[in-house]
Amino acid sequence: MSDTKLKRVDLIFGEYSNVKYKVLEDTLKRSTDEILEDLLESGLRGRGGAGFPTAMKWKYTAQAPGEEKYVVCNADEGEPGTFKDREILTRVPRKVFSGMAICGKVIGAKRGYIYLRGEYKFLLPDLNKELTDYHEHAKTIGLDFLIEIKLGSGAYICGEESALFESMEGNRGEPRNKPPYPTTYGYLGKPTVINNVETFVNVLMIMRLGPIQFKMLGTTDSRGSKVFSVSGDTPIPGIYELELGMPLDRFVDEFGDGDAKAVQVGGASGFCVPRKKFKDTVIGFEGVPTGGSMMLFNSSRSMFNVLHNYLEFFEEESCGQCTPCRVGCQQLRKGIEAVKKGDKKSLYLDQLLKLSESMRLTAKCGLGQSVANSFSSIVYNFKEEMIY
Amino acid sequence: MKNTKNETIKQISLTIDGIQVSVDEGKTILEAARQLNIHIPTLCFHEDLCVAGNCRVCIVEQEKVKSLPASCAMPVSEGMVIHTNSMKVRLARKHIVELLLSEHNADCTKCYKNGICELQGLASQMLTGDHMFLDLVPEHKYSIDMFNTAIIKDDSRCIRCQRCVRTCEELQGVSALGVAYRGNYMKISTFFEHPLFEVVCTNCGQCVNRCPTGALIERNYIDQVWDAIYDPTKHVVVQTAPAVRIALGESLGLPPGKIVTGKMVAALKRLGFSAVLDTDFTADLTIIEEGNELLTRLKKALLDKDPNVCLPMATSCSPGWIKFIEHTFPEFLGNLSTCKSPQQMFGALVKTYYCQKRKLDAKNVVSVSIMPCTAKKFEANRPEMRSSGYKDVDYVLTTRELAIMIKQAGLDFESLPDEHFDSLMGASTGAAVIFGTTGGVMEAALRTVYEVVTGREIPFEGLNITAVRGTEGEVREASLKIEKTKPEWKFLDGVELKCVVANGLAHAKKVMQDVKEGKAHYHFIEIMACPGGCLGGGGQPIPTNKDIRTKRKQAIYEEDMGMSIRKSHENPEVQLIYKEFLGHPLGHKSHELLHTHYTPRKRY
Repeated sequence: MSDTKLKRVDLIFGEYSNVKYKVLEDTLKRSTDEILEDLLESGLRGRGGAGFPTAMKWKYTAQAPGEEKYVVCNADEGEPGTFKDREILTRVPRKVFSGMAICGKVIGAKRGYIYLRGEYKFLLPDLNKELTDYHEHAKTIGLDFLIEIKLGSGAYICGEESALFESMEGNRGEPRNKPPYPTTYGYLGKPTVINNVETFVNVLMIMRLGPIQFKMLGTTDSRGSKVFSVSGDTPIPGIYELELGMPLDRFVDEFGDGDAKAVQVGGASGFCVPRKKFKDTVIGFEGVPTGGSMMLFNSSRSMFNVLHNYLEFFEEESCGQCTPCRVGCQQLRKGIEAVKKGDKKSLYLDQLLKLSESMRLTAKCGLGQSVANSFSSIVYNFKEEMIY
Repeated sequence: MKNTKNETIKQISLTIDGIQVSVDEGKTILEAARQLNIHIPTLCFHEDLCVAGNCRVCIVEQEKVKSLPASCAMPVSEGMVIHTNSMKVRLARKHIVELLLSEHNADCTKCYKNGICELQGLASQMLTGDHMFLDLVPEHKYSIDMFNTAIIKDDSRCIRCQRCVRTCEELQGVSALGVAYRGNYMKISTFFEHPLFEVVCTNCGQCVNRCPTGALIERNYIDQVWDAIYDPTKHVVVQTAPAVRIALGESLGLPPGKIVTGKMVAALKRLGFSAVLDTDFTADLTIIEEGNELLTRLKKALLDKDPNVCLPMATSCSPGWIKFIEHTFPEFLGNLSTCKSPQQMFGALVKTYYCQKRKLDAKNVVSVSIMPCTAKKFEANRPEMRSSGYKDVDYVLTTRELAIMIKQAGLDFESLPDEHFDSLMGASTGAAVIFGTTGGVMEAALRTVYEVVTGREIPFEGLNITAVRGTEGEVREASLKIEKTKPEWKFLDGVELKCVVANGLAHAKKVMQDVKEGKAHYHFIEIMACPGGCLGGGGQPIPTNKDIRTKRKQAIYEEDMGMSIRKSHENPEVQLIYKEFLGHPLGHKSHELLHTHYTPRKRY
């Protein structure tokens, strides 16, 4: 078993410099173009789940007209089964701050914000202490980039970037119409880069190691490594940094309890992969992408209950403004209940699958659009569990 | 195409349903489609409001894009290829309408909006007869707020398009309605879910005008009025506001901007009202009282140097505005004219002067008013509006309710002959007619005040004071220099009378804020709560948009120009009532019947 073991990577949590903020200082001496070139070369894609090329996001924001720009770190880690950002902010907050400061230099921003999930309030004292230290250090090296923490209030939807801005501005956390995108119209209507916690750390590590070394990890479409939050039916739950692009069967071999029947990749809004597809599934942007959540289910689990649980979650966490998401989620949940009870014929599941597809096509934001991911993948692959 | 900066606006060309079109940069797909007369169905979209993009009914297919964007919110881009009626679009749109219906209490035959509901229209257009999805209504514990005298809010019919929220916030600056909770529990609600009568709601009814379904409606008094008409012991008097006669036709199949005064009078007589009278009469009376009140205040301020006099003086005809200022600027209640609104003056006089002249017992008289307004329903129910010893106005009907009554009676409105108002409180002037539009009260007051002070007609061609004729969506300031006064008004010689006219409560708020901060100095403020003034009132025919309101406005000025008497003080019946009954303006009798006081209210 040991020779087939997945390679462990230690970019995110590993030591990177003996001198405090050394990499940041070195990077700040480089030109913006050089930094962007390195990022582009590295092929880094956002670690929040959607995988937008980071270099492009930064470049567009840098080019956007306007004096005032912002850097926002999305630490509203709300996806069920994800808990890696909490760990990153606990263990290596300096790397996060440094990544944000580099972004500030590239796009010309003087302010950065960390939008911290309400449930992570307990991290605040330590983070603030570390921030004070950062600000003192920034003063000594003449860096004009302040970071502030804004606390969320527990809404899943506020992890969606535009809803997050609304929340930061003191409004109801509802996604905006896009376009305009955050690169031109973000926090307070100003050009804003918003990235996941892990993305900022990756940026710093690319600056530290160079794009070539970063590219040695992962695959063509999915460069680098990723921190995974492994949970569910596994004897070794926890946080693991692994190379992107791994086949799912090897992951299950290593983390499963020997009886895995499905893996939910990417949390409630991700995809459910059944046992028969483990072999052909690659974890990465070319296959099934994930923001980090890997939930294993063994044969003792009812996939009906799993799906029902997800749908209840979405029903409650939808902001409620757009029709497909607000009403669609209720219909999907009530629909599978009706089929299970026999109030509706099993053919009704096909109607619901079509409905979930319409939700994917028409919902205003990623929440409503991605309900179909787990719904269709679970219903397709575990139809008999839905009916009987 | 040029914009204000004189830069050329970039043209974007795109293809919609195979047709090439070129539009200004920044326009949406929906606007481009409308230019081609392609009708994309919409629901949460409203011309008067900002784009929300939340119902998703207006989705279209864009080639090379995976999702279906909402055409109301998606700006055009070069080379876009759009399909508005593809298979994907049709199925998704049907799903969306079905979803809306599944959470909507669709007992249409019991609904006040049956026949004019936009959701119903969409459902019939798309033939959503098969009820694809489960009925969610029983699962939700919906509530009906029916405690308000003006507006009823039924959550079971709400489809959460948020038109009302945007109206209340953007157009009116009131924010009585907002979004509460999220997900399946998301609903439109008030501060701490208090009933509407306990919150800052001004009853302006603009939300009612824009609600696509029957979730927000006026409280209707149609049956009560029919009962009164059929009661042989009752003498039922009806008064009609200036803005009703230029809009009523819209609800009865006529185009906007059609003046139907004569037909309306004929219809009211056929419905069985004992006397059909005109609110214009008390509009003229208001001008006499309010004009004199303004002059008295100016005299106290300029001649007697009385430090307690409240200037600027603000008009008090619009009950939405009254409730707004009571909540929002209670410290300025002294600045409001103490004159009742024309409706309430009329009510008080019907049960006193009119009864006396007609030898009727006031307890047998039922006074009904037809108003373009929902706030008037609240106003009529204010406890202080009983100076005749009875409820001055018993029932207030909106323009829409009158249209319903006319339909109920089976009258062919278009073919009715033109008839005249009954005499005694039925005569009016052009000055009264223009009460129905923003700037009208100001103009009417100036026509009279200037003449009282100088003895000469106001020096504008055709008596048209275009400088104070407000425009929707703007605050209009104007000043009038008073010269060569009569000797008793010497202190006003050379004074520049500063006026401001605003419509829509969001603008009213701005004016009052400026006054409060000392940024603006006026003598006279005219405020109408609704966009465009009463012609855009919350009781007017649905739909409403800027185009329709502009046509109504033109009709009002047309009606004014067509009147033989154009100045309030020349109204013969007004002159008569002072001679026979009231004595003189601001006299004892006036104070008793025509003036009122206001109540400070809290924001929460």
